Amino acid sequence: MEVAGQLASLGCQVTLIEKEQETGGHLKNWYHLFPDRRSSDEVAEYLNKQIDHDNISIYVATTILQMERKNRTFIIKTDHGKEIYADAVVVATGFDLFRSERKEEYGYGIYDNVISSADLELMFRKGELKLANGKTPGKIGLVHCVGSRDEKVGNRYCSKLCCITAVKQAIEIKERIKDARVFCFYMDMRMGGALYEEIYREAQEKYGINFIRGKVSEAGVTINNNLVVKVEDTLAGRPLKMELDMLVLMAGMEMSEGGRKIAEMGGLRTGENRFFAAADNHYGSNNSNIEGIFYAGTCTAPMTITETISHARAAATSVINYLKSGKS
Amino acid sequence: MKKDGKKRIWSEYQKEIADDHFFYVRSCIRQSFFPGSEQFFLHFMRNVLGKDVFENPSHTTCTGIGYHSDIVPFSTIMTVIARHFALMKESGYKNIAISCVTSFGIYTEIIETWKHFPEELEKTRDYLYKATGREFDIPENMAHTSDIIYKFRNEIAAKAKNLLINRKTGEPLKVVEHIGCHYSKMFPKYGVGGAEFPNVLSGMVEAWGGEVVDYPERRHCCGFGFRQYLVQANRGYSLSNTAKKFESMRPFKPDMVITNCPGCNMFMDKWQYTMREMEGTVYGENGESVPVLTYEELAGLVMGYNPWDLGLQYHMVQSEPLLRKMGIEFDENDKFRTKDGRQMPVPENLINV
Repeated sequence: MEVAGQLASLGCQVTLIEKEQETGGHLKNWYHLFPDRRSSDEVAEYLNKQIDHDNISIYVATTILQMERKNRTFIIKTDHGKEIYADAVVVATGFDLFRSERKEEYGYGIYDNVISSADLELMFRKGELKLANGKTPGKIGLVHCVGSRDEKVGNRYCSKLCCITAVKQAIEIKERIKDARVFCFYMDMRMGGALYEEIYREAQEKYGINFIRGKVSEAGVTINNNLVVKVEDTLAGRPLKMELDMLVLMAGMEMSEGGRKIAEMGGLRTGENRFFAAADNHYGSNNSNIEGIFYAGTCTAPMTITETISHARAAATSVINYLKSGKS
Repeated sequence: MKKDGKKRIWSEYQKEIADDHFFYVRSCIRQSFFPGSEQFFLHFMRNVLGKDVFENPSHTTCTGIGYHSDIVPFSTIMTVIARHFALMKESGYKNIAISCVTSFGIYTEIIETWKHFPEELEKTRDYLYKATGREFDIPENMAHTSDIIYKFRNEIAAKAKNLLINRKTGEPLKVVEHIGCHYSKMFPKYGVGGAEFPNVLSGMVEAWGGEVVDYPERRHCCGFGFRQYLVQANRGYSLSNTAKKFESMRPFKPDMVITNCPGCNMFMDKWQYTMREMEGTVYGENGESVPVLTYEELAGLVMGYNPWDLGLQYHMVQSEPLLRKMGIEFDENDKFRTKDGRQMPVPENLINV
């Protein structure tokens, strides 16, 4: 959306193809954004304004079936029988959230009160933080690195956002349920962004959130349908077993299924992490291995929204330079 | 608990189980501790279903217990397994049916090793040929005997004389299913239902009318763990694992435990005696302990076989409370009599008598 807006404002004719019913991706399901707890709706509103431009044609609920290049023109065929001709293509297929049910040992989709970080955001949006039986949870655990830094599921990389998302969500839980006891189970706290460390400290000092260094090995339920988790507390050096009312899984980011198909049909190179591989990691992160095809945002790696918007603007610059010079 | 979630996982771990023509490899300890189990399996397969199950008298131990005790080197156990495959090839079979979970784990570990390190396969071919002059093929189909009973669970249900229902209350019996660690925890794809929510035993329980108990320590090891038990000084560790499981399942008031591993069955059965002797703790209702059956013994009860023909009397925890709940008639006097009426010695200190 940002690339489209930038290119349109620079005078390009842009066609935006979206596979979902509406644009906005995961952002529209999120509640507040870290680190300043801004409403995601505000950012969504900004992006929607960006694409509200006479130079932009939008096709929603549209899937690309074929992409080929003839001379210097890309021909894109859609499932609605449309043929779109383009001088350049920007791939902005985003990411898929890791399907938490793949970590079978956590019981997502099996135990009533095991939810994902995305489910929790939806609860925040609805203003209903409740257990399956309608009661208010008193003891809540958040599991970091679900589907990230995990060889068992084939994802060695860090999804980068889950630590700060967990801290943000833990605070949001405490703000809604003052008496709640909240536990974050982490491998490492990766607080690399601006204001991240500050919010992490605030979570501990102001909100009394407990951070336990260790991976949850499994979840089960008691006869009262309370969750039981087993954790290794690596700082205390002992195994831990704890009953919880709710377990929130901080789902990581993966290459999107749509992106994978486009990589196949376009002959685009992907990396060890299965995201699109940039032509150069330092000064060509928007460039692909094919002249005229560019990348924007989380289709290349996990990114925050701030980084995604910056990356999109850089992609627009790369496209303009290509259209002027004929070289990526 | 959402059953659909489990079904989704199960659908991802459906293994192909051969239908007929099995090369059967026995367990070292099953016929000693639970003599009716293998007997029932062979009888059911051959005489009830009319399947071809072949045994070769030259088959030996897989040496798994020695391997897990660091006595038998990996190259040796690979060669022993290769010899079993050679016997299978010479007998003209391609489907192997493995009676023991330890052995099943050994077979899967070795086959996976050969897949990922083909040079190990070549070395093993060489060792076997030099030692015995034999050659072998890797089985086309490999199943644990519990997989096979799972495959035919509905045929058993169709012939059921005693469903897993409490005859007095009409309620389903509550069954704890315990899967041996080496069945699918190492390689989930080899187990029916995977490693976290295995379906191999729960599928039988549900097909036969019972209700599966999901308790917090369901996945925990029974406590056998080879060196926990084989090293005498570590046996307290073995016992504490079993105690942890029984403490965890106790609030659910299980009517029985079924297992698919000989080691698990032995320990969950016999450690109940130990816990009762040491601290007077029992984990069943009415001061009784919880019967621990093999899946074949349970299948036999469901099909209406005499409990003493199934060998239930050879467990430490006796099954009478379960038999009464299921409404199965039995003659206490026949319990330790041979078929021709001779009285056998009666073990002391049996539980639930």
